[in-house]
Amino acid sequence: MIIQKLVFYVFSALLIGSSTMVIVSRQSVRAAFFLIVAFCASAVLWMLLEAEFLALLLIFVYVGAVMTLFMFVVMMLNLDKEAVQEKFVRYLPFAVVVVALMVGVLVFAVKPGHLGDLSVAMKAHHAADYSNTKVLGMLLYTRYVYAFELAAVILLIAIVASIGLTHREKSNNKRQRVVAQLEANKADRLVVITDMGVNE
Amino acid sequence: MITLTDYLVVGAILFGLSLAGMVINRKNLIVLLMSIELMLLAVNMNFIAFSSFLQDSAGQIFVFFILAVAAAETALGLAILIILFRTRQSINVTDLDALKG
Repeated sequence: MIIQKLVFYVFSALLIGSSTMVIVSRQSVRAAFFLIVAFCASAVLWMLLEAEFLALLLIFVYVGAVMTLFMFVVMMLNLDKEAVQEKFVRYLPFAVVVVALMVGVLVFAVKPGHLGDLSVAMKAHHAADYSNTKVLGMLLYTRYVYAFELAAVILLIAIVASIGLTHREKSNNKRQRVVAQLEANKADRLVVITDMGVNE
Repeated sequence: MITLTDYLVVGAILFGLSLAGMVINRKNLIVLLMSIELMLLAVNMNFIAFSSFLQDSAGQIFVFFILAVAAAETALGLAILIILFRTRQSINVTDLDALKG
């Protein structure tokens, strides 16, 4: 029990510290690296909650794919450094007030007394042969199969849209222009030449 | 004993931090997108905590779909950011005032 508590506090502190660094760091690359640390720390917290499948999914999909995408974009844009520097302090007091209000209200709302029976520890830990992946798969392919297919469609749309948005046509590529072909007629292309010269 | 409140407080602090990130970053659209990711992470944390303490796996299914939609949203957001940078040579949020909003 004590080791679980230790893991929880260490990784919560890591999560909050690294997400603070995400929002205050001046360079986008550094922010992206701290975001990776935040994702890994929260994956550990999800492991602690016995959501093993989602914890691994967070590492595979987010750290493996989404953060790579962020890194590619940061490298591609090649922003100049001094442009990012200024105007940071201007909104800081407002941000502090917003965060204090927001976190204060939320922490008050989840106070132990307000959640009734739930504020005790987890009721029962799962047995050693419990498979989180199996349970989620059984739910996903039976009760939530319609939503699952919709998620697939959303991902497909995202693929098509992001390729369509960013794809740049090369100016010198050779291709068939169907409209121009259909509009061409004999009079445009064919000139009958007689012995006397050009005959229109 | 780690209680449900502990996880919810972590989620609340994370949510507040990402909101602050949106408020203070007026210069960099990429960091704004990262703040959105953190915000979704905070929400997912709450979902998984409740799912685990209520012994109901439906919350984890919901997190699965949030992850899918968030991945799609990030890909589209970054694509829009790239064409924005191509046309305006800037990802400064304060430069995006063509609508005079």
